[in-house]
Amino acid sequence: MPFQLTPDREKHAAELFTRYPTRRAACIPLLHLCQEQNGWIGEDVIAFAAERLGLTTAQVQGVVTFYTMFHQQPVAPNVVWVCRTLSCEIRGAKRIQEHLEERLGCHVGGVSKDGKFSLKKAECLAGCGQAPMIQLNDELHENLTLASLDRILDAVATRTPAPPASAPHLAGAHGTAGSKE
Amino acid sequence: MSAIDTSRLLTDRYGLPGSHTLAAAEKAGAYATARTALTTMQPDAIKAEVKAANIRGRGGAGFPAGVKWGFLPPKDPNKPVYLVINADEGEPGTFKDRTLMENDPHRLLEGCMIAMRAIGANVTYIYVRCELVVSIQRLEQGIRDLRARGLLGPKPFGVDHPMDIHVHPGAGAYICGEETSLLNSLEGYRGEPRLKPPFPAVSGAFGMPTIVNNVETIASVPDILKLGGAAWSALSRLPNDGGTRLYGVSGHVKNPHVFEGPVGLTLREMIERCGGMLDPARPLKAVIPGGSSTPVLRPEDVVHAPDAAHPLHAWHGKSHIDVPMGVDTMRGLGTMLGTCCAIVMDSSVNMVEAARNLMRFYHHESCGQCTPCREGTGWLAEICDRIVDGEATEADVDLLVDVSNNMMGNTICALADGTAMPMLAFVRKFRGEFLEAARKGGVADGRLDRAVVSLLGGRAA
Repeated sequence: MPFQLTPDREKHAAELFTRYPTRRAACIPLLHLCQEQNGWIGEDVIAFAAERLGLTTAQVQGVVTFYTMFHQQPVAPNVVWVCRTLSCEIRGAKRIQEHLEERLGCHVGGVSKDGKFSLKKAECLAGCGQAPMIQLNDELHENLTLASLDRILDAVATRTPAPPASAPHLAGAHGTAGSKE
Repeated sequence: MSAIDTSRLLTDRYGLPGSHTLAAAEKAGAYATARTALTTMQPDAIKAEVKAANIRGRGGAGFPAGVKWGFLPPKDPNKPVYLVINADEGEPGTFKDRTLMENDPHRLLEGCMIAMRAIGANVTYIYVRCELVVSIQRLEQGIRDLRARGLLGPKPFGVDHPMDIHVHPGAGAYICGEETSLLNSLEGYRGEPRLKPPFPAVSGAFGMPTIVNNVETIASVPDILKLGGAAWSALSRLPNDGGTRLYGVSGHVKNPHVFEGPVGLTLREMIERCGGMLDPARPLKAVIPGGSSTPVLRPEDVVHAPDAAHPLHAWHGKSHIDVPMGVDTMRGLGTMLGTCCAIVMDSSVNMVEAARNLMRFYHHESCGQCTPCREGTGWLAEICDRIVDGEATEADVDLLVDVSNNMMGNTICALADGTAMPMLAFVRKFRGEFLEAARKGGVADGRLDRAVVSLLGGRAA
C-alpha cells in the first residue's frame, strides 16, 4: 500500500507548504514528518514526498541520502546516538560507547539483541560542556556516568514492548566494530 | 528603570522561572526595545546603532554585522528581503547558541523583529539543527504566542510592517552551518555550498536578497538598541570588536559551561571562570580557542611582537593564553576566534589521537562537492589512522602537511580550510608526538578519556 500520512500530520503538512515561497522548500520538514510516523524513509515514503513536493523521486532521494538524521534503513523503536567528537571523547565518550555495546549486545551501527535499540555514533551534538552525552530518540542526556546511563536505558527498555521477531530491522543488522554511518 | 547590569545582558533572564515563556520574558523586559525600535526609529537609525556597536558576527567568521547589513541592494518592491538565522550550531566544542534558544528564545525572536525592521524583511527563517528538539519546541511555542498577541502579523505594535518567523529544521549535516549550504538546505536541496559571488545579500534564499546572521548576533540586537550602539561597544575590552558575548568551555576543566563576559577575556580567565583545570596534577597542554576549525594553541608559546606598531605589541612576551580573545587578536596569533567556545586539553591527551578524532569528523562532514576537500579530508583521517595504528613512516607526517596545503583555498567553501588549518597547527606544534608515533609504531595509549575514567564510575548496581 502506498505511504499515507495520518490526518493530523496531513494537516501539519498542509501548514508546512504555507511557510515558503516554493513547494520544494518544505522537503526537509515534510521528510521529518514522514519519518516521525514511519520510523524510517524507504521508497514508498520517497514516492509520497516526491509527489507532494512536485519533485522526482531521484531529487528527494538525493536529499534523503545527504542528511545523517534520515534513516535509510529500518531502525529499532529507540535510536541511541552517542556523540564521539573531541569534547565528548576527552570526557569519556568511548567508555560510554563500550558500555552501550556491551549492554545492548551490538556494535555501533547495529540493533540491540532485544530489538529495542538501534545504536549509532553521532558527530558533535552541541552538548560539549555537558559531555559525555547521548541523544536517545528526541532527548539529549548529558553529564553521563555509567550508572546514569543504565538508569536511562532501563526506563526506556521497560516501557518499550518487545518488537515481533519478524520485525524488518532485526534481519541481519548487528553492526560491525568499525562501521561508519 | 533600574540600572542595567552590563555584565549580564544576553544571559540576564537565564535561570528565571519559566524564562523561555513569553510571560516571564516580557515581565523581565522582553519586547520593550522592539516596541521602541518599531514605533519610534527609522530602519536606517537601527542600522546605524548596530554599526556603531562594532558587533563582530558570533557564528565564527567574525564579520562586522552592521557592515553585512549594509551590503543589501537598494530596496526593490519586487524582491522580498529575507532574514535567515543560522542556528545550525555544530562546530565541535560549540554549545552556546543552544543555551540562548533553550533559556531565552524570546531574546532571539525580539532581535529578529528589530532586524527585520532594519533590513526591510517581512519573513525570518530560523534554521535550527533538528537534534536541538527543546530549542525548536521553545522557539515554535514563542512564535505561536507572538502571533496570538499580534506581535507577529500584519501590524506588530501597530506599525505597518508585516512580520512572521518560521523555524526550519535541519537534518544532520555540519556543512549546513555554512551560509550558502544552509540556504540550499532551506530551499529543500542537498546542503552543498554555493559559489560566491553572488553573496546572499544580493541573491540568497529563493534568489532574493538575504541576510544570514548567527543566533547570538541577532540576540544581541535588543541590548545594542537599549544601551545605544556606542555604549554597548564600549563594554568590550578590545577596539573594533564590541560588546559582551557568550563564552563556552568544554574539556578538562572542573566546571565546563557557557557564561557571558565582555569581549576580550583571555583563555586563562575562561579556564579560571570554569573552576580551573580538572585535576591540578595534570597541567594544561593545549587549547582549541573557538571550535575545532580554529588552530590549537599551547600555553608555553609566547607572543613575539617587539615592534611597538605591531597590533599584539601590548602582549609581547606573554603566553598565547594571556592574549584577549578577539577576532583580530586571535588572527594575530595565527588562529581564529571562531565561536569563542574553547576545548581545553590537559597533559593526558595524545595530540595525534586528538587530531585523528577531528579529522574523522571533517571526513564525515565534507559534503563531497569539491575534490580537494572530499579526498583531502579522507586522506588526512586515514593518514592519522595509520600513524596511530603504527603503520606509518616519518614521511607520513610531512604528507599530512602536503595534503593540507593542497586543500587550502582550492574549494567552494571554508570547510577544507577549516580542516587543513587545525591539521597544520597540530603537526607544527606537536610534531614531536607525531614523529614519535610514526617511529615507535603507533600511539601506546591513545585513549583520550584517561583523565575522566574515575568520574564515569561503574555500572549501576
